[in-house]
Amino acid sequence: MKKWLALLLFVPSVTFAAGSNYPLDSVDIDLKDKPSLQNGAKIFMNYCLGCHQMQYQRYQRTFNDLGIPEELGEEYLQFTGEKVSDYITTPMPGEDAAKWFGGPPPDLTLVARVRGPEWLYTYLRTFYVDEDKKFGVNNLVFPDVGMPHVLEPLQGTPRKVYKEIMVDGKMTKSEVFTVESDGNGALSPEEYDDAMRDLVNYLEYSGEPSRLESESIGRGALIFIVIFFVFALLLKKEYWRDVK
Amino acid sequence: MNAFLNWIEARIPMMRVANMHAIQYPAPKNMNFWYVFGFLATIVLVNQIVTGIWLTMNFEPSAERAFASVEYIMREVDYGWLIRYMHSTGASAFFVVVYMHMFRGMIYGSYQKPRELLWIFGMLIYLALMAEAFMGYVLPWGQMSYWGAQVIVSLFGAIPVIGPDLVIWIQGDYVISGATLNRFFALHVIALPLVIVILVFLHIIALHEVGSNNPDGVNIKHKKGSLAEEDKTKYEIHEYYTSKYDIADDIVPFFPHIVLKDLVAFSIFLFVFCYILFFAPEMGGKFLEHPNFEIANPLKTPEHIFPVWYFTPFYAILKAVPDKLFGVLTMFAAIGVLFALPWVDRSNVRSWRYRSGLHKVNLIVFAIVFVFLGYLGGTPQENWKIISSQIATIMYFAFFVALFLYSKSERTKPVPARISK
Repeated sequence: MKKWLALLLFVPSVTFAAGSNYPLDSVDIDLKDKPSLQNGAKIFMNYCLGCHQMQYQRYQRTFNDLGIPEELGEEYLQFTGEKVSDYITTPMPGEDAAKWFGGPPPDLTLVARVRGPEWLYTYLRTFYVDEDKKFGVNNLVFPDVGMPHVLEPLQGTPRKVYKEIMVDGKMTKSEVFTVESDGNGALSPEEYDDAMRDLVNYLEYSGEPSRLESESIGRGALIFIVIFFVFALLLKKEYWRDVK
Repeated sequence: MNAFLNWIEARIPMMRVANMHAIQYPAPKNMNFWYVFGFLATIVLVNQIVTGIWLTMNFEPSAERAFASVEYIMREVDYGWLIRYMHSTGASAFFVVVYMHMFRGMIYGSYQKPRELLWIFGMLIYLALMAEAFMGYVLPWGQMSYWGAQVIVSLFGAIPVIGPDLVIWIQGDYVISGATLNRFFALHVIALPLVIVILVFLHIIALHEVGSNNPDGVNIKHKKGSLAEEDKTKYEIHEYYTSKYDIADDIVPFFPHIVLKDLVAFSIFLFVFCYILFFAPEMGGKFLEHPNFEIANPLKTPEHIFPVWYFTPFYAILKAVPDKLFGVLTMFAAIGVLFALPWVDRSNVRSWRYRSGLHKVNLIVFAIVFVFLGYLGGTPQENWKIISSQIATIMYFAFFVALFLYSKSERTKPVPARISK
């Protein structure tokens, strides 16, 4: 125990979790883009919610913030008969999840604040076929990921593509690779990228639903403080005029 | 109305205290921007207490509910996100202003005779504040809350003989658990705030007894009868001060002059504070660390464990020493040696304005080393950082050793008798 704590203390940067240095793609986050957020919510409810929860967020709040009428939301985005005021939880029992995946799939309410949108955007687009893995897929930014590629119907079957580089005058396969779809999915590569951008946009929203309100109050507060500063400064100057 | 006020005054000295400690308190007129951080620290303290009270109304201190209740505050309590961000941004702001306040004391020699106790009270506030901040960071029960607590509490395990039992006693369990969270909550919301408020009270009483220092380090209080009438201040100063000393024409009353000056500084501070609060409350993962948005999981160690930025200089010192017990001792010594500063510095000249170039260099190098240690302790470990943090740790202590050695016979400039006009 003592040794273990000492190790923990003095080598805190030892990598326990699977890490990767795969370069992350930037993603255009726009929390005001309602169609994008709505599409992201649709993808989340259809493809992610089967296993992952969003247990700190309610359907109602989400529908209201995203401009989705509650009746439509209930009809098209709620599948398990909860009330619109319920939290967004998964019907999958935790015990089964532990049996199937080795542990319950993580809650995704705050995942954008943990991983960052760039990581998510890249992660969602870099699954590839790897028959050695339990679920037949692996991931470039999350090596040995413990989930199947549930978005395969959209993306098609993604396979590794090695970049060819010139080494000593011969063309060889580089270690650096990307993934490319077989083209058997419902979406073209561009459409899939757009869909993933919408999904990440939605996850970014769910991480901090108060973001837009915060910035709008913030602008007012800053303007008020600037005006307050001017008056405070003038008053101070007035009183200090006689101090030599 | 007057009769009513007199009735009160005869029973409790409201106006007398207000006049003595605020309205008619003599403050040096040359106080510069470095002198606003004490006022700002008080403001932030009030902010922490008020927002803290509101947070406790919805926070649930249990391992099962803590994380969810914070998200409940962030999403469902009216303006809960605002209160929470005010509290989390306030915690970091507190350390920003306290570090500035302490460095002010160092460059202008505010810890020197007769202000040793004032400095000691300040250091005690700093210590209590660190404990308060550490326990507060455990409460949201995220990954960094849990693993940060694990690392810090385990430090006590390095103490010979009683260490392991002490750790269990602190945790209230064999591991960091809901029991730990619960007691940290009690200490964070009641015990330590009470200690801090009392210490702040003592800090201010001690300040007003010895009087405020100033950038010139010049005394404003002179022996009774030593000043000519035209050299005395024209402002109305409380008789508590004028009956004991002649107050030179180098001062302004705290109200309205200093209050107005502080108000200007406050509005600048508030602008920066609100910008972070409303637009970047995570401050790029420095004020709120990214892994802390994931619920505490005892079975999953985060890739990197860092304390929040204000602890990282001491964390770097801890990690610089290869032996655990010696590392812990070195870290505590780094804080402890600050307590001794009034006796380490043997010079009679306070302000760096009138001290040697060596002293100025020593102070600036110390500040750079402190910031550098903070960088080392707050970023992932790399090989070059181990040796760097060892060198920086030695340089941290070298500041005090050098100061002790040269301050006795330092070549200083003559200090003026009065604050220059």
